[in-house]
Amino acid sequence: MPQNADNVLDHFNLFRQPEYKEMFENKKKNFENPVADDALEQAREWTKTEEYKEKNFAREALTVNPAKACQPLGAVFAAVGFESTIPFVHGSQGCVAYYRSHFSRHFKEPTSCVSSSMTEDAAVFGGLNNMIDGLANTYNMYKPKMIAVSTTCMAEVIGDDLNAFIKTSKEKGSVPAEFDVPFAHTPAFVGSHITGYDNVIKGVLEHFWDGKAGTAPKLDRTPNESINFLGGFDGYTVGNLREVKRIFASMGVDYTILGDNSDVWDTPTDGEFRMYDGGTKLDDVAAALNAKATISMQEYCTEKTLPYIASKGQEVVALNHPVGVAATDKFFMEISRLSGKPISEELTKERGRLVDAIADSSAHIHGKKFAIYGDPDLCYGLAAFLLELGAEPTHILATNGGKNWAEKVQALLDSSPFGKDCKVYPGKDLWHMRSLLFTEPVDYLIGNTYGKYLDRDTGTPLIRIGFPIFDRHHKHRYPVWGYQGSMNVLVWILDAIFEDIDRNTNVVAKSDYSFDIIR
Amino acid sequence: MSVAPAESIEDLKARNKELIQEVLKVYPEKTAKRRAKHLGNFEDGKPDCGVKSNIKSIPGVMTIRGCAYAGSKGVVWGPIKDMIHISHGPVGCGQYSWASRRNYYIGTTGVDTFGTMQFTSDFQEKDIVFGGDKKLAKIIDEIEELFPLNKGISIQSECPIGLIGDDIEAVSKAKSKEYEGKTIVPVRCEGFRGVSQSLGHHLANDAIRDWVFDKTEGKPARFESTPYDVAIIGDYNIGGDAWSSRILLEEMGLRVVAQWSGDGTIAELEATPKAKLNVLHCYRSMNYISRHMEEKYGIPWCEYNFFGPSKIEESLRKIASHFDDKIKEGAERVIAKYRPLMDAVIAKYRPRLEGKKVMLYVGGLRPRHVIGAYEDLGMEVVGTGYEFAHNDDYQRTTHYVKDGTLIYDDVTGYEFEKFVEKIQPDLVGSGIKEKYVFQKMGVPFRQMHSWDYSGPYHGYDGFAIFARDMDMAINAPVWKMAKAPWAA
Repeated sequence: MPQNADNVLDHFNLFRQPEYKEMFENKKKNFENPVADDALEQAREWTKTEEYKEKNFAREALTVNPAKACQPLGAVFAAVGFESTIPFVHGSQGCVAYYRSHFSRHFKEPTSCVSSSMTEDAAVFGGLNNMIDGLANTYNMYKPKMIAVSTTCMAEVIGDDLNAFIKTSKEKGSVPAEFDVPFAHTPAFVGSHITGYDNVIKGVLEHFWDGKAGTAPKLDRTPNESINFLGGFDGYTVGNLREVKRIFASMGVDYTILGDNSDVWDTPTDGEFRMYDGGTKLDDVAAALNAKATISMQEYCTEKTLPYIASKGQEVVALNHPVGVAATDKFFMEISRLSGKPISEELTKERGRLVDAIADSSAHIHGKKFAIYGDPDLCYGLAAFLLELGAEPTHILATNGGKNWAEKVQALLDSSPFGKDCKVYPGKDLWHMRSLLFTEPVDYLIGNTYGKYLDRDTGTPLIRIGFPIFDRHHKHRYPVWGYQGSMNVLVWILDAIFEDIDRNTNVVAKSDYSFDIIR
Repeated sequence: MSVAPAESIEDLKARNKELIQEVLKVYPEKTAKRRAKHLGNFEDGKPDCGVKSNIKSIPGVMTIRGCAYAGSKGVVWGPIKDMIHISHGPVGCGQYSWASRRNYYIGTTGVDTFGTMQFTSDFQEKDIVFGGDKKLAKIIDEIEELFPLNKGISIQSECPIGLIGDDIEAVSKAKSKEYEGKTIVPVRCEGFRGVSQSLGHHLANDAIRDWVFDKTEGKPARFESTPYDVAIIGDYNIGGDAWSSRILLEEMGLRVVAQWSGDGTIAELEATPKAKLNVLHCYRSMNYISRHMEEKYGIPWCEYNFFGPSKIEESLRKIASHFDDKIKEGAERVIAKYRPLMDAVIAKYRPRLEGKKVMLYVGGLRPRHVIGAYEDLGMEVVGTGYEFAHNDDYQRTTHYVKDGTLIYDDVTGYEFEKFVEKIQPDLVGSGIKEKYVFQKMGVPFRQMHSWDYSGPYHGYDGFAIFARDMDMAINAPVWKMAKAPWAA
C-alpha cells in the first residue's frame, strides 16, 4: 500500500510506486494494443530529422499547437479595462466559459463576462431575442456603467447585426436609451486575439467620439496637451500598466490609459469581491478625443484603432512592445517629444542601472542562441533586447504574425551582426518550432506555458515570457516595459541560464568541478 | 438582506427560502420567474430535489455552463490518448480546452500519444464562405503523414460547422476507406447545440456507438475473456483518478479491460462490448453508452462512487455483488487492507475538519458523490447544485443530501455569491471561474473539477489526498490575514 496518512503522497510520487508501475505495464501490454517499442523509437527519432521538418513545413491545412487564440478573447481583455464595464459576448455561452477560465488561469483572478446564451433556435431565427433579454438581465443584475458587446463565430456566421440589435433592444427597454453599449464585431475566424483587442478599443472610442450610435451628437475635438496610451493585448498588463503610470507621473505628463485593466485583474483579498475595479473612466474615454497624441505600445494590436484616432487629427505613435535600452529610450523620448516634458532624473538613473546590469551580466548571454515565439509585437520587442544583450536570436515565430511583421522583424535583425543567422516564421505554429529546435538547435526558448512541451521534447530550457502563463505564478504582477521591466526580463533570462548551468554541472565526481558558487 | 441564524430544519428551510426570494429580487420579472424554478430546498422523502434542470440558461446572466463541444472534446473524446482529435473550426475552442482538464496518461506525446496537443483546422473567413470539407480532407492526409502512429481521428465540430452545412460525415467515410478502414469519427458537437455541455456527452456517446462499436462489431477480442472482465466507464483520470480506482478493482480480483476515457485507447473502446460488467462513475456523461451496451450486448452496468471510505466500501461490495464469492471475498480483503490507512487519515484530519460547512457547485457527479467523503471527515454539505444535470441526477442526489439542503441548478454568478455571503460556509468547492471570487471574500475554496491541480481524489489513495487538501484549504493561515488589523 503506497499511500500513508503521515506523509500523503501526491500524484507525482504516488504513481511511481511499484504497485502502480506494475498496473500500468499490465494495462499497456494486455489492453492498449500499443505500438511496438522499436517502431515507436524509430518514429520518435524520425520526428527529429530534416526530412520530417520538410514534411512538417509543407503542411497547408493542419495547425498543431498554435500560439494564438481567437478574436473574442481579445475583445474581453479590452472590455474589462473600462470603468464598471461588463463584457457581453453575443453568441453561444460555452465560449464565455472558456474566456473566463483562460484569463483566470493566467491572472489567478476572477473574470466577469456574460453571454447571450444562443442555442439552436437563435441559430435559425437569429439572436435578437437573446440580445433583448440578455441586456436587460445584465443591466439589472450587475449594475454596470457600460456593457461592451462583442461577438463569437456563431453570431457572425448567421450574420447578426449588433448595431441594429442594440438599437432594437433599447427601443424595447432593455437598457435606457442613453446607456452606453459600445460594440464590435469580432469573428473568431478572422485574425486572432490581438485583432479582437483592436476591434473593441476602436468600437469603444467610436461609440464615445462618433455620437453613441446615433443617440448623441458627434464630439468636436478641442486639442489639449494630454497623451493617450494603449497597451495592446498583454499578459503583463497588471505590472506593465502600473509601471507606465509611474513613468508618466515621473515625467509629470497628463495622460489617459485607454482600457486600463490593471486593477480588475489584481484585486485584494480582504473579504470583498470586487466585480469592477479601476478601469478607464467613461468621461475620460470621451475626453481622450482631445488628446494631443496617442501612443500604442503594440502596433499589431492597434492596426485599425490608430488610423481611426489619426483620422480625428491626433498624432499617433506605434511601438512594438518596447523592452530593453534602445526601445525604452525611444518610448521615453516619444513621451518627452509629444508632451514637451523632459525625461526625469529618476528615469534617467534607472536607465543607467539597467545598462549597469547588462554590463555586469551580458557575458553570460553573449553569443547564446534563442528561439522566441508569441504575439508579433512581443517577439519584436524581445528580439531587439536580445540583440542588445549580444545574444543571437535564431528562430522568431508568431502564429498570428503576417508578412509585414516578418519584414519588419527582418529589418531589425539586419541592423545587427547578432541577427544575421536568424529566420522569421510568420503564420507557423509550435509543431513547426519543434522541428526547428531539433534540426537547428538553440540554447534557450522564450515563450508562454505551452512551450514546456518543446522544452521537454527538445531539451531547450524555456524562459516563460508571454501569454498565457498557467504553470508559474504571479509573473503578470511584474512589468516587462520600461527600464525596470527590462531589468525583470534580464533577470528571468539570467536565472534560466544559471539554472541550466547548475543542472549541467551537478553530477558528483563527474562534472561538479564547474558547480561554482560565484558567477 | 438579514437572515436569522438557523437552528431547526424548519428554520433552515425558512432561511433558505428567504435567501432565494432575496436573490430573485434583482432580476426583471420574467427572469425571476424562470430562475425561481431552479432554486429550492431539498425536502426529505421527495423523489428529486424539486428544482427544474437541463433547461436553457438565461441570456445575460453569468452562467457557469459550457457547451456541447466542451462536453464532447473536453470531456469524452479528448482523453482517448492514441487518437488525434481535431478541433474543427476556428482556433479558439481547441486553444482554451488544450490540456486544461488534467486527463493523465502514459505515452509518448506527439508520436503515439496526443492527449496534450491542440490540433485545429483554424478556420479562416474563406473556410466559412466556401466550406471546410476539402480542408478537412487535407488535414486528415497531413495527420497521416506527420503522425503515422495515430490509431484514429475524431472531428470535433465547433459552432460554424453545423451552421455552414459542412458534410463531415462524408469526409470521414471517404477518408476511412482511403486509409484502409481507419477509425475516423465525426462528432456533431457544435457549441450552440443543447443547453450545456451535457448534450455534448450524449453526442459523443452516440458517435462511439455509431463509428466505433458498429464498425468493429463481430471482430474478435484481442484478449482471451475471463468471467471477471469489467470496464471502467466515466472516469476521466483527472490527476490520476482512474488509476487509483483501477488498482482497487484489480486488487479485488477483477480484470479491467478498458478505461473510459482517461488514459484510454481506441483498442479499449473496441474491447468494451466484451466486458462482463460496466462500472460507471460519471453517470451523467456516460450513461447513454452504458445503456446501449446493455441493450445491444447484454452487458449490465452498475454505478459506483469512489469518494471517501464509506462510499468506496459500499461501492466495492455493490460491484462484487455482480460476481462470485471469489470477488466478494476480494472486496472484503481490499476493504480490510485499506481500513487502517483510512482510520489513520480520518484520525489525523477529522479533528481539524469536524463540523465544517461546505457548499458545492460542480458538474457531472460531484455535487452528490463527494458528499460522503466530506461526511467521513465530519463535515456537512449545506448547499449543492449542478451545472448541467438532468432530473435523473437530482433523483440520485436525494440519497446523499440532508433535509433542508439548499439546491441551486445552473446557478448564476450573482446567486452563488449571495448564497455564500449569507450562509458563510467554511469551504466552497467549485471551478476556476468561481475560485477567486470566493477567495477574495475570504472563503476557503477548492476547485472540484480539477482538484486544484492536486489529486487523485478517487479511491483510498485519493481520499488521503482529498482529506489533506480540505484541511490545507480550510486551515490555511492566510484566511486569518484577509482583514487588516486596523480595519474596522
